[in-house]
Amino acid sequence: MTDMTNRSAGKSNAEHISAGLARRHRKESILKGFGIAAISFAFLILGILLMTLVSTGYKAFTQTHLTIDVYVDPDVITRDALPRGAFDDLLENTLVEEFPDVDSSQDRRALLRIFSNGAQFTLRDRVVENPDLIGQTVSLNVPVADNFDQLNKDLISRDTPEEFRRLSDQEIAWFDALDEAGMISNPINFGLLTNADSRFPELAGLKGALVGSFWALLTCFLISFPVGIGAAIYLEEFAPKNKISDIIEVNINNLAAVPSVVFGLLALAVFIGWFGMPRSAPFVGGLTLALMTMPTIIIATRAALKSVPPSIREAAMGLGASRQQVVFQHVVPLAMPGILTGTIIGLAQALGETAPLLLIGMNAFITSAPSGPFDSATALPTQIFIWADSPERGFVSRTSAAILVLLAFLAFMNGIAIYLRQKFQRKW
Amino acid sequence: MNDMTKVERDLNMSDAKIEARGVNLHYGTNHALKDVSIEIADRTVTSFIGPSGCGKSSFLRCLNRMNDTIDICRVTGQIMLDGQDINAASVDPVQLRAQIGMVFQKPNPFPKSIYDNVAYGPKIHGLAKSKADMDAIVEKALRRAAIWDEVKDRLHEPGTGLSGGQQQRLCIARAIATEPEVLLMDEPCSALDPIATAQVEELIDELRRDYAVVIVTHSMQQAARVSQKTAFFHLGHLVEFGDTGRLFTTPNDPRTESYLTGRIG
Ligand SMILES: Nc1ncnc2c1ncn2[C@@H]1O[C@H](COP(=O)(O)OP(=O)(O)OP(=O)(O)O)[C@@H](O)[C@H]1O
Ligand SMILES: [Mg+2]
Repeated sequence: MTDMTNRSAGKSNAEHISAGLARRHRKESILKGFGIAAISFAFLILGILLMTLVSTGYKAFTQTHLTIDVYVDPDVITRDALPRGAFDDLLENTLVEEFPDVDSSQDRRALLRIFSNGAQFTLRDRVVENPDLIGQTVSLNVPVADNFDQLNKDLISRDTPEEFRRLSDQEIAWFDALDEAGMISNPINFGLLTNADSRFPELAGLKGALVGSFWALLTCFLISFPVGIGAAIYLEEFAPKNKISDIIEVNINNLAAVPSVVFGLLALAVFIGWFGMPRSAPFVGGLTLALMTMPTIIIATRAALKSVPPSIREAAMGLGASRQQVVFQHVVPLAMPGILTGTIIGLAQALGETAPLLLIGMNAFITSAPSGPFDSATALPTQIFIWADSPERGFVSRTSAAILVLLAFLAFMNGIAIYLRQKFQRKW
Repeated sequence: MNDMTKVERDLNMSDAKIEARGVNLHYGTNHALKDVSIEIADRTVTSFIGPSGCGKSSFLRCLNRMNDTIDICRVTGQIMLDGQDINAASVDPVQLRAQIGMVFQKPNPFPKSIYDNVAYGPKIHGLAKSKADMDAIVEKALRRAAIWDEVKDRLHEPGTGLSGGQQQRLCIARAIATEPEVLLMDEPCSALDPIATAQVEELIDELRRDYAVVIVTHSMQQAARVSQKTAFFHLGHLVEFGDTGRLFTTPNDPRTESYLTGRIG
């Protein structure tokens, strides 16, 4: 009928189609435009985020060091009282030799503060390890105190009037003299990864947090992966479909939406309160994170299992494969890329999770890396939280640097997810 | 009493490999099979014909309990294999499906190599004693399914990389590799060219010497060529069942006649 009316209007079908075509193409370009705009916006935000982090954080990837020859004076350090020797006096004497005109004891102490607080312990450890050094000259390469580090990195400006500056003119002059003598260097700050936390920014590192996060994630993985996959396989492949399984399904989805801080409270009450597990332990952190990761893994695994075409199940079943053989020889291998992707994304989320770890006390100040999952420790996100909260200037750039380290780990984990997905991908 | 059952069983054995009595099938509220009763003889090819959606596949799937896997599907009535109710609690569907092989309407090779596709059934049932044994089983099955020459040089490439018709023959090879007693084939030639079709028909004829074969087909000519018995389904009813020659020449039911002459379908 329309055909007839079209004809009578003097238009053929082809003309009708081409009349509408311009409008259809326009709609398509508008849609494309929106898409590109959305992606550009996302990239812009990401770019700004990374730029701020890198611009403040990059300075923490180097650390100002002082290289100096120290004469281990047998008059000051004796063999019998080695570990309790006055190594700070030794350092002080060494510096006074550089600046002979310093004589008041106050100035001598000020001079010593160029060294980081850890310098005397570094020296002590070397001498304790090798007592033959007594009476010899040791070349020491140690971090300088935070304020001098800031000065060297131009974060403390020389133009600021002295009374508002955290370094006196005298201190700056000493530092410049040392610099001129070639004793100041600014090498890559490996301590950021190999040192544990410290009150002194120049000594603070992420080792404790990295090890803590490692134990927490390992615990989280070892619990949530098998349990999550087991639950998903049972629910998807074996459980009868009825009211009860519906209720379970709804509750798992709800669980995935519970705010993480609630899991922290739960863990505090149950793991620490009832079961008396240690506070601040990565093991307890891992358990808490496992509670949060499990629903994610269950949901991802079920989706992956569901996406395996039913024809594959029928093929195997038609050959006389038992249900368990169908599931484990065909369905699960085909679902593996999806399962692994879901798991790694779940673990990446867990790695960045802060609130529940704060509640179970993983934001404690701990100056040594944990030796096991039951030792007190911090984790990467809680370490960032602690540093961001610290008043020392040196922690500003270290916070950004720590965030960059965390982001690098997240990117690494997502890279693994992509790699696994491509490796296991099969077409049917 | 024991004697009675034995006599009965012997009778059944000689008569029918599979016997269905009053089978009804519902998909939810859709009554897809209505009171179907049929006897499928051993060493015979039985073809199921009928318009699309009349329940041929559904009935075929009842015979090896594939419908168990569909949640909304409900089957009532009795289906006997060698005089044993296949829906009895004592029957393990896994065992049943090893006895009754099936080729599905849509080719569904595993995303594994061609070799692994064919070897899977023998492997899970422990039919091969050695690697050489398995190689022989795989080659024999592929040869009988008329696909050996095409795939013998690429046995370790994925079965999903084959063409539609090749996949169909691969699925046939996979089904016969376990040497089932009954072979159910749901439109096994729908994607095949005339030459491959002729080869598969030859295979069906050969299988008839040892097995009962049931084939669903939309080709009247094929039904006439390969089968001795034909069943005509219409809207969930088994309208007519009898010797192929008789059914095609002098159908008893007016609906059969209309279908054969192209007036319904
Ligand atoms: N899995 C299923 N769920 C619900 N309904 C189904 C399902 N499979 C088949 N049906 C319905 O059952 C009826 C019979 O389908 P069946 O597949 O047995 O037909 P068929 O005779 O094999 O048709 P064709 O020749 O097109 O393959 C149809 O009405 C169909 O819609
Ligand atoms: Mg069908």
